[in-house]
Amino acid sequence: MDIRTGFFYLFSALLLFAAFRVITARNPVYAALYLVLAFFQAAAVWILLKAEFLAISLVLVYVGAVMVLFLFVVMMLDINVDALRAGFWKHFPLAATVGVLIALEMAAVLMGGFRLGEEPRSVPSVVAQGTAQYSNTKELGKLLYTQYLYPLEIAAVLLLVAIIAAIALTLRQRKDTKHTNSSDQVRIRASDRLQIIKQAPTMVAPQADPVPAAAEGKA
Amino acid sequence: MTLTLGHFLSLGAMLFALSVIGIFLNRRNLIVLLMAIELMLLAVNLNFVAFSYYLNDMHGQVFVFFILTVAAAESAIGLAILVLLFRNKSNINVDELNTLKG
Repeated sequence: MDIRTGFFYLFSALLLFAAFRVITARNPVYAALYLVLAFFQAAAVWILLKAEFLAISLVLVYVGAVMVLFLFVVMMLDINVDALRAGFWKHFPLAATVGVLIALEMAAVLMGGFRLGEEPRSVPSVVAQGTAQYSNTKELGKLLYTQYLYPLEIAAVLLLVAIIAAIALTLRQRKDTKHTNSSDQVRIRASDRLQIIKQAPTMVAPQADPVPAAAEGKA
Repeated sequence: MTLTLGHFLSLGAMLFALSVIGIFLNRRNLIVLLMAIELMLLAVNLNFVAFSYYLNDMHGQVFVFFILTVAAAESAIGLAILVLLFRNKSNINVDELNTLKG
């Protein structure tokens, strides 16, 4: 057993432990923190697979952005955990059956059929060569900016749409704030604010109406 | 004993199975559901990277790159919907999301 195998088993054990804690942690904050641990272990496994750029971007994008977003949301919301945890173990037998079934079937197929390559297939490609000149980031960049240029642009547009959608979904006008509407203020004219009334300098004194007196006398 | 492709694929399969169990268990907690989905995507990405390494094909890593993009967008919008939901209903219990049922 070489050192790479040892590291693989260490990282996978930690990864599976962290994933287990994510799905069973009582507090969602702990679940998010264990998810951070899981992503770190996955990045380590990817480095074992010589995918350095993706490992680093996994740490940057997930641990740096997505998990912080998760933590913010978890801490902003006032969640009643007990109500959400009611009947938590009720579905455990079914869940365990399905999960173990998936894992066993996959393992049976994979360990039977995919023992290929103790070493990577020796195609004269640059991937996974241990030379000092080889750069995973460079190769990935070459592919992304030549062959996958249009998908890359579409991905960028997708991120833009996601930004706009997230802002549009959570934007709200508070009703209890006092704010002025600038466009209304600009559009106002003097006649809307000030009205000049023509009025005679002297006014005729109103004559007493005889009818109420007559009505009073009749009553 | 050296590492084979099967080791990595089995790790991915176990991770995926754990996430499925998590979705069953946390059926009511929308936040943990989103986290389980992230774990599933991680398992799938792990398979892509493993195949990319053992088959000497960089295209798998390009695909993982795009999956990361989509997953980031998905979690951002999912959390936005979650915040909106909490603002309207004051809880995030999936059982009570029946407004669209009519």
